Amino acid sequence: MLELALKGDKKYWGLVIALLTLSGVGFAVYLKQLDFGLGITGMSRDVSWGFYIAQFTFLVGVAAGGVMVVLPKYLHDYKAFGRITILGEFLAISAVTMCLLFIIVDLGQPMRILNVLLYPSPGSVLFWDMIVLNVYLLLNIVIGWNVLEAERNNVHYVSWVKPLIIISIIWAPAIHTVTAYLYCGLPGRGFWLTAILAPRFLASAFASGPALLILLCLIIRRFTKFDPGREQIQSLAKIVTYAIIINVFFFLCEVFVVFYSRIPSHMSHLQYLFVGLHGHGALVPWMWTAMAFMVTSIVLLVIPAARKHEGVLAFACAILFIGAWIDKGMGMISGGFVPNPLHHVTEYMPTLPEILITLGVWATGFLILTILFKVAVGVKEEVSGVKDTCESC
Amino acid sequence: MENSRRSFLKVAGITALGLGTKPVLDVFAASGGHGAEPKPEVSKNEKALTAKRWGMVIDTRKFHSKADLEPMIEACHKIHNVPKLTEPRHEIMWLWEDEYKHVFTHIEHELINDRIKHLPFLVLCNHCEKPSCVRVCPTKATFQRDDGIVLMDFHRCIGCRFCMAACPYGSRSFNFRDPRPFIKEQNKEFPTRMKGVVEKCNFCAERLAVGKMPACVEASNGAMTAGDLEDPGSEVRELLRTNYTIRRKPDLGAGPSVYYIV
Repeated sequence: MLELALKGDKKYWGLVIALLTLSGVGFAVYLKQLDFGLGITGMSRDVSWGFYIAQFTFLVGVAAGGVMVVLPKYLHDYKAFGRITILGEFLAISAVTMCLLFIIVDLGQPMRILNVLLYPSPGSVLFWDMIVLNVYLLLNIVIGWNVLEAERNNVHYVSWVKPLIIISIIWAPAIHTVTAYLYCGLPGRGFWLTAILAPRFLASAFASGPALLILLCLIIRRFTKFDPGREQIQSLAKIVTYAIIINVFFFLCEVFVVFYSRIPSHMSHLQYLFVGLHGHGALVPWMWTAMAFMVTSIVLLVIPAARKHEGVLAFACAILFIGAWIDKGMGMISGGFVPNPLHHVTEYMPTLPEILITLGVWATGFLILTILFKVAVGVKEEVSGVKDTCESC
Repeated sequence: MENSRRSFLKVAGITALGLGTKPVLDVFAASGGHGAEPKPEVSKNEKALTAKRWGMVIDTRKFHSKADLEPMIEACHKIHNVPKLTEPRHEIMWLWEDEYKHVFTHIEHELINDRIKHLPFLVLCNHCEKPSCVRVCPTKATFQRDDGIVLMDFHRCIGCRFCMAACPYGSRSFNFRDPRPFIKEQNKEFPTRMKGVVEKCNFCAERLAVGKMPACVEASNGAMTAGDLEDPGSEVRELLRTNYTIRRKPDLGAGPSVYYIV
């Protein structure tokens, strides 16, 4: 099926070349990082995880969010999503790939990465994260490819794929839960030391993943002959609506617990993020933007007339995605490190090389996404020449 | 033809899977009761200092200013080839000093007496009884010895910095760049590190092994004492018995082994 990715118009190749260029630039800067060390980033002794790990965390969410089209189709037999499950699966593949790349670029000694397998440590959450992410990647590759190929050949997919699909549905929340456990089990890091962290991660995942899918569906409809479908997009929109409301609710639960209990080691991080601490407040405008974006998106999504207008829906999804990205991709990780365990405030901002490497990884992920979606859409276009909907799947 | 290629791939795949998972399976096998392999015996240096559980008592009454702490920090950093980096973000510290309100965050208060308020305190790895850094390390590059000392294998560390996030005392440093150009005088008896690995105080394990007390203890003129916390007759136990001591963040349950007399 990959041959479908080799036939495209100028716009397609333009996009591919642009993404290749970005990832090439990122790779070149990464070589510089390999040579010099992680010192070319803005990370420090106090903020020892930064942009890379934050992107990783956010993208695990996007990957898990893909399940929101798979689950209704296979567990609730919601047939309309049959048209777009492949988009969810392929989005998961590209997102998990980015996650793995972000882990690799964050390592001080990446050539020793196999030590994780050679000296397996079941006590470490990172060990389990490595397992769940790789298995999720594999599951989505096998499932996506088999189901799409079956659709192309106008047959039902082979029977052993079904159990894998069920496993992948359970696996999706698992990857994000394990990722939250990386943080929320650490003593002395008050910002993360909360049982709501994994649920919060999941809520934000199930909002931002499907929001991105809606945007991708609208793009696909505009630039290809395949229409993911109005009903499908609207159903996704409802999922996004509830998920983002739950996300903000969970956040407010956290805010209540922290500020009513007034325990300084828990309060200081939220203070740093939202009002600044001891005169340091680099993230304050970002965090308020994130909140404003998420709340605005809720208002737009909750009103049925607004949600049903696809222009408004696209806008709401875009600001929601950006808001959730700032919340998790900027605030969630460095916020946990500021102030440090000795209550010193060392601020963190990514450096230019760090941003270029980050962009390179995103570009690589979107390149994979572009190619996979091209294949998927190609198959859909082929099949729709024969008949309108795929009843067999 | 097709068939044989397919079966070859199957066999190759299964073999690769088997080889890949062997270490993983070994771990689970090892946690079972039987088949404990005999460990190779390495005989100890006869002069080696040993303890059931190493600990330290720091008598802060004997310090008055930063200058009083310099000799210990200097001794530690010199023999362990700790670089002096100019960029604060990249700093490497094994033993350093900080104010009371930063060191004892759980008990600090505004009205504490002037001596304590302005006194610099020595900070180092606490060699916790239940170290969270060891728990989170995905490669066992940081590990706890039977005598309680928490060590780093600089050659195994992949530089994921999970241990730095897990340490509630900020005791760990990461080599953000090659540290070697920043070491003034290299001590050839202790390894230098490379970029991309984490490091921290090692309780001078290399000195204990040849019968010497930790370098900071030796340089402290009796203000610092190291010894066996489980030996009721040890000097540290005597100090703990006769003085009021505090530890850093004991409420977290990690069981820090460094005690402070204030």
